[in-house]
Amino acid sequence: MIAPPVIDDTALLAFAAEIGSAGPVMVRGGGTQWDVGGAPDSDIREVSAPTGIVEFRPDEMTVCVRAGTTVAALHAVLAEHGQRTALPDGSVPGGSPASTVGGTIAVGRSPVTRLGDGHIRDAVLQLHYVAADGQLVTAGGPTVKNVTGFDMCRVLVGSLGTLGCIGDAILRTRPRPEHEQWAKFADAEPETVLNTAKTATAILWDGSSVWARLCGHRVDVEDDLVRLPASYEVPPPDLPPFRWSRRPKDLHRLPNETGRFIAEIGVGVVHCERPDPNPPPVPASVAALNRRVRELFDPNRRFNPGRSVGQL
Amino acid sequence: MKLRRRTRADGAGQHHADPCVAELIRALGEDRVRADGAARHLASADASMFSDGAAGPVCFPDSTEHVQAIMQVAARHDRAVLPRGAGSGLSGGAAPLGDPIVVSTTRMNRVLEVDEQDRVAWVQPGVINLDLTKQVTPLGLHFAPDPSSQQVCTIGGNVANNSGGPHCLAYGVTSAHVLAVEVVLSTGEAVVLGGLEAEPSGYDLRGAFVGSEGMFGIATKIAVRLTPNPESVRTLLLSFDTVADAAATVGSVIASGLVPAAVEMMDKRCVAAVEDFVHAGYPRGAAAVLLIEVDGLQRGVEADTEKVAEIGRAHGGTVRVAADEQERALLWKGRKSAFGAVARVAPDYYLHDTVVPRSKLVEVLEAVYEIVDRYDLTAVNVFHAGDGNLHPLMAYDSREPGVNERVAAAGREILEVSLAVGGVLSGEHGIGVEKRDFMEYQFTSADLEQQALLRRSFDPHCRLNPGKVLPSAHSCADIASLSASKVNGVWG
Ligand SMILES: Cc1cc2nc3c(=O)[nH]c(=O)nc-3n(C[C@H](O)[C@H](O)[C@H](O)COP(=O)(O)OP(=O)(O)OC[C@H]3O[C@@H](n4cnc5c(N)ncnc54)[C@H](O)[C@@H]3O)c2cc1C
Repeated sequence: MIAPPVIDDTALLAFAAEIGSAGPVMVRGGGTQWDVGGAPDSDIREVSAPTGIVEFRPDEMTVCVRAGTTVAALHAVLAEHGQRTALPDGSVPGGSPASTVGGTIAVGRSPVTRLGDGHIRDAVLQLHYVAADGQLVTAGGPTVKNVTGFDMCRVLVGSLGTLGCIGDAILRTRPRPEHEQWAKFADAEPETVLNTAKTATAILWDGSSVWARLCGHRVDVEDDLVRLPASYEVPPPDLPPFRWSRRPKDLHRLPNETGRFIAEIGVGVVHCERPDPNPPPVPASVAALNRRVRELFDPNRRFNPGRSVGQL
Repeated sequence: MKLRRRTRADGAGQHHADPCVAELIRALGEDRVRADGAARHLASADASMFSDGAAGPVCFPDSTEHVQAIMQVAARHDRAVLPRGAGSGLSGGAAPLGDPIVVSTTRMNRVLEVDEQDRVAWVQPGVINLDLTKQVTPLGLHFAPDPSSQQVCTIGGNVANNSGGPHCLAYGVTSAHVLAVEVVLSTGEAVVLGGLEAEPSGYDLRGAFVGSEGMFGIATKIAVRLTPNPESVRTLLLSFDTVADAAATVGSVIASGLVPAAVEMMDKRCVAAVEDFVHAGYPRGAAAVLLIEVDGLQRGVEADTEKVAEIGRAHGGTVRVAADEQERALLWKGRKSAFGAVARVAPDYYLHDTVVPRSKLVEVLEAVYEIVDRYDLTAVNVFHAGDGNLHPLMAYDSREPGVNERVAAAGREILEVSLAVGGVLSGEHGIGVEKRDFMEYQFTSADLEQQALLRRSFDPHCRLNPGKVLPSAHSCADIASLSASKVNGVWG
């Protein structure tokens, strides 16, 4: 009989041992999104996830990386083979060079390039995590396509470490484009840019100007710039600190409370100077289902007590 | 094993006495409930080899409220419930275990709303995959997941199985195209998971639901992403003298930094079957052919086409680029009729589905040939090479004594070979009953327990589609009728 692969990475085993099977605990990543979901209770034991790249397989377009590794360090290695992942490093607006792979996955927020690169959850193929009973478990699988069993990875992405402590991840990599640049379109309507700039992987709008990150074949980017007059090679704007979640088509109907804002066109995230006064409501039945998930996975609330996922 | 026993579906009488049927009729109306033998027989199997299922009453709801009412009746009578789409699943996902009330979505087949601006459509679960694409074609949009069964399979089934298709290489499988799902839970409550806003609150329960094989709830409305049609598309047919050259070409194309829209491979035996059937113009002499499609913007596509052709020639391939839409359609017709072509050769077929690392394609294909030859079977290979998703297809005649056992044994060996090189049990057809008892090959007991927790969060009584995916030690057998009918997996 064939047996599942044995996890023999000593760094991962040590991480699991440190988390153990009892007592409150939390994993600290780069600490760059510590405000999300509220501050954890004080005096909780802090553990750091292991670091390092376990295996990069450029021909498979996958990489296995320990959760404590920074995305920037990961991308530096992938760049040697002209690849990267959809996770944000310090080079995109809103990204930080200190963000770790595990922290980015646990928070589950995609960078402004989500329009073209997809949601970061779609880049996660497999996770090893420590469950509340201290066991080291596998979610997903190592291949680029897989529907074996329930999709546990999706549940862990964005779970803020409340369901399990992520030890390592196998991520899908993608080729770096032949050419990429930011361009600014001073008086363009954001929808015009969305419908015309076919190589755009990010489109940002501050209420008057539009910025787009254009990626792909150099000739295709050139064609976009012929179709749309732009000021070339303008750096993207900084993002205000708070995040609002809207439907893409509602970005034209933002209330006055935003202060300065940068909206992600085609996606619906709005970066604002103030917190969202009216976040989309969560129905009681959905909130109850979310609570049930957390209770079953972590019956004693060991993981990140005090923090909550969404406004639940 | 292909078991044709029908121990429970042996007549309608048993169910007329069923008080549950009377209640279903009261809740839905007479024309939406069928408890006769013919209806139950039709619902007793899907397109898989598993034919040991027995359906209870079959309901045809046309609204969320109907589905809620069915769930409430089921709860009162402690009955299992099984959602069913077109029944084209290949892993026994829609095969009824435990005498369930079957909820057929065939009447929930409306596209409810198309939002052109945000490129989203709300559809009922029974909408046929290709019908949605046809409906939004005038808007220059399509639904990207394109299973080879897209003319018959439903979007509800696609969501439940997280289905893929040739073009999922570049565009991603179903999960990446589902924004929100309205789900009726086993309590009868309807919840919307996910949402149309950028970052819905809470855990990604939408993502958890996609691929849950009918075991978490019944999808009653689905918001899917619509994808703009590419400005330019080019399709290439590359033929090779050896399977190894074809596989090496796939590796080089992927490694070159290209992400083709599709990379499909067919072996010599498949090419012969297809040519006999539809005359797609594939070269019969080749050991393997690749169908590669690149899409995007005009000038980039031209460059990519040239690059793929160059890589193919460097590996000794002969390259043909479809000159026009007609030729392109013919090349795809060959690929899409491959299963039908093989089905003409023998009355039964078993279509396998595993994924291996792309670099192991040659090694595993050679092992597949060795295995099927050893069991004196015929197999053709037609598969999604770009993501290492193998589909060995064994054609046979189940009336031949002992052949079912040989197919089962060969299938199991192919699984073992795939896992041994770092592959997985299923790339797109799901686990169902077919591979349920092999889950322990890939996952530890602790891994499976975590999956069982997720299922119990949605359905604490395991009322929905019991007996699937999780081996019995990890599934709750609360449903009395399920524990009473001991069911073996397909391969015993
Ligand atoms: C010739 C052929 C080619 C195929 N090619 C491909 C391919 O290329 N790629 C691929 O991925 N698959 C393929 N398949 C498999 C199959 O078509 C897909 O799995 C498809 O998505 C199943 O859809 P269905 O409507 O037939 O679902 P069914 O077979 O009826 O059901 C499948 C599962 O979904 C559940 N389900 C159905 N509707 C709902 C709902 N509303 N809510 C909750 N659960 C539900 C059922 O309980 C069951 O577990 C192929 C099958 C055939 C016969």
